[in-house]
Amino acid sequence: MPTLTIDGQTVEVEEGKTILEAAEQLGIEIPTLCHHPLLEAYGACRICTVEMQRGKRVRMVTACNHPAQEGIEVQTRSPRVLRHRRMIVELELGRCADLPVLRKLADDLGIDRSRFGTGEHECILCGLCVRTCWELVGARAISFANRGTDREVTTPYHEFSDACIGCGACVAICPTGVLKMEDIKGRKVIHSELTLGPQRAIRIPFMQAVPNAPFIDPDECAHFTTGECKVCAKVCPRDAVDHQMEDQFEEIEVGTILVATGHDVIDCSEMLRYGYGLYDNVITGLEFEKLSHATSPTGGKILMSNGEPPKSVAILHCIGSRDENYKEYCSRVCCMYSLKFAHLVREKTGAEVYELYIDMRSAGKGYEEFYKRNLEEDVVFIRGKGSEITTWPEAPGEEGKLVVKCEDTLLGTVRRLPVDMVILSPALQARADAAKVAQTFGLGCSRDGFFLEQHPKLGPVQTASDGIFIAGTCQGPKDIPDSVAQGAAAAANILSLVDRGSVVIEPITSVVEETTCGGCRLCISVCPYDAARFDEEKKVSVVDEAVCKGCGTCVAVCPSGAAQQRFFADTEIMAEIDGLLAEIGDRHQFPA
Amino acid sequence: MAQFEPRIVAFLCRWCSYTGADLAGTSRLKYPPNVLPIRVMCSGRVDPTFVVNAFRKGADGVLICGCHPGDCHYNEGNYNMMRRFPLVRKLLAQFGVEPERVRLEWVSASEGDRYAEVVAEFTDEIRKLGPLEWAPMMAPPPVQTAESVVTAK
Ligand SMILES: Cc1cc2nc3c(=O)[nH]c(=O)nc-3n(C[C@H](O)[C@H](O)[C@H](O)COP(=O)(O)OP(=O)(O)OC[C@H]3O[C@@H](n4cnc5c(N)ncnc54)[C@H](O)[C@@H]3O)c2cc1C
Ligand code: SF4
Ligand code: SF4
Ligand code: FES
Ligand code: FES
Repeated sequence: MPTLTIDGQTVEVEEGKTILEAAEQLGIEIPTLCHHPLLEAYGACRICTVEMQRGKRVRMVTACNHPAQEGIEVQTRSPRVLRHRRMIVELELGRCADLPVLRKLADDLGIDRSRFGTGEHECILCGLCVRTCWELVGARAISFANRGTDREVTTPYHEFSDACIGCGACVAICPTGVLKMEDIKGRKVIHSELTLGPQRAIRIPFMQAVPNAPFIDPDECAHFTTGECKVCAKVCPRDAVDHQMEDQFEEIEVGTILVATGHDVIDCSEMLRYGYGLYDNVITGLEFEKLSHATSPTGGKILMSNGEPPKSVAILHCIGSRDENYKEYCSRVCCMYSLKFAHLVREKTGAEVYELYIDMRSAGKGYEEFYKRNLEEDVVFIRGKGSEITTWPEAPGEEGKLVVKCEDTLLGTVRRLPVDMVILSPALQARADAAKVAQTFGLGCSRDGFFLEQHPKLGPVQTASDGIFIAGTCQGPKDIPDSVAQGAAAAANILSLVDRGSVVIEPITSVVEETTCGGCRLCISVCPYDAARFDEEKKVSVVDEAVCKGCGTCVAVCPSGAAQQRFFADTEIMAEIDGLLAEIGDRHQFPA
Repeated sequence: MAQFEPRIVAFLCRWCSYTGADLAGTSRLKYPPNVLPIRVMCSGRVDPTFVVNAFRKGADGVLICGCHPGDCHYNEGNYNMMRRFPLVRKLLAQFGVEPERVRLEWVSASEGDRYAEVVAEFTDEIRKLGPLEWAPMMAPPPVQTAESVVTAK
């Protein structure tokens, strides 16, 4: 390990380090322009030049790429070094007179104006961007062109480059800010994409994510496009980034399962009359949530697609809910979150807010009070469902606005509301894959597609399959407090099962009488729980009573009467029939 | 003459329809008292021989109620019943029993009103059909003499 002295201080560094890194270790600052720790040393700008003495020989060298050798003595602020530095800064200023990075260096060195003129370039030709694109990203979209005073950074033939993957790394690294990303879509807020605009390829999904760790989105990550980059891995101090990692499938044996797969919201673009997807400023409740969240690209500001705050906003309840054409049921949460939206819009923008509702359903602790508060905050409530959104002006004041048509049932008239922004409150619906999940876990679904509980009052989180519980909106629309309550209830149920260590099963199960079973296996083919199986040795069907739920379907199909249901045997039901009809038994004089 | 009051045996699945019938009762809904309910665990449990036996023992109609398709507590029991049902009707027809005397209906636990409606409507229909008379159907066929066989040909 070489030992050297810098400005009189001795330091020992690892083999292969540069003078710049050695100085950093001592906390001595050497100015740099073309250097970046993630890139190969380049030695183009010469601003890092220092005085180095080895033995008797004194030389001027660039600290960023000169190795920190054994026994050398380095001066970083000697008169000769400073003279050198001034010259370089003056030369640079001659090319780019007004750059803040250079101005700062000049001020530090006491340079007022350059003897070499006042050039108006903004690029100092440090090459950081070019090297980033080549060495780090691997896209190789930009490079230097021309020579001497004409030297510049550009794409081949100044054309739009197909090689550019739009990662923006060059812009991020440019020390002067001359490189800019062009917003090709020309929109500052992209509502229709839930991500609300570009995101980093490596990111923490959202603030409250569990686990709160970043993940790499392979569709965005430069490494998966070009094979290079891996900057994240280079800078991670814990070596935690592994681009080779693959999804792993693990099988875990458990005794109880809680299904809490939640809901989807209805696709508003299905309902053409609301113009969702057509008009930029018609957004869904979920998009509004993202927009107004503190971590949104707008920092929680409520902005329209042109980046301006809206002056008027309409919030439309029951989009797809309580509507025979879509979902008959009430989605339960929309009234309250719509009120929350109204409150937020009033608070953040002061815009005029219209709430268009069929009925205001504010049942819940503190909910009616919140409704009242919105009334006091001058939100305009209109009883009537928004029926259409158009941009076709019919009256003065409607030009350039979204016009919401509705029937105000309290005034008994049809109204047109010109507004800047519309928020649709879409119906909650069962997830698209609910039927598949139901099948996987042996759950039932009610007609609306949500999972079926064992009993609406007495078994709200239990299901027909013992040991499988449901909670939250997968069971039906509900708000967070109710979802949490169900989750806690299910957890308590599960813990009590775990604690008991054994399970009690229904006494009503089916059994197959071995001696009469003909081995036709009809029972096996109809059993929804795979409780019946075939005993190859005895050539008869056997019911696993721990799995059997006692539906009795197998009993009904068994042609030999071998399958019987406990407490509901054929003989028992027949006796019931006989008993019920006993008094009229001979009315028909049935021939014996 | 007093109105004919049919006897109808109803097989109600425990989870939906029996609970629905219960709800009709607790909601004080009025419906004809002609139905004699039998609780089964699932409509899929209803063996065709139950239906035949009910008619044999003097029922004028048989009603089978289960959960709505997709709602069966056991996922598919009602589908099995649905598949079996046309066979039941065919079988009855072969015995000479009008297939309309047996009916399959979906009634959920929350549909007390629907249960009452179904019962009222079905009772009405059976009333129109009149009592199920086995005797003439079951009477031995007229003795076929050699002559009658020849003329028939
Ligand atoms: C626009 C909008 C605003 C709302 N605002 C409010 C509000 O202000 N206050 C309030 O109380 N409620 C609000 N709600 C309701 C609230 O969103 C729900 O009550 C809550 O999200 C339900 O929680 P959950 O855990 O049941 O379901 P979800 O939040 O939907 O979570 C389900 C989770 O399961 C995951 N998942 C799904 N399928 C699988 C699978 N097969 N395997 C593994 N994971 C799976 C999903 O990715 C998801 O992370 C709002 C709803 C909407 C649509
Ligand atoms: S995630 Fe890592 S490897 Fe991928 S683009 Fe970002 S920095 Fe590069
Ligand atoms: S009663 Fe139902 S669950 Fe039990 S073995 Fe028979 S078909 Fe399967
Ligand atoms: S920083 Fe060393 S030459 Fe540019
Ligand atoms: S449980 Fe009602 S039909 Fe199967």
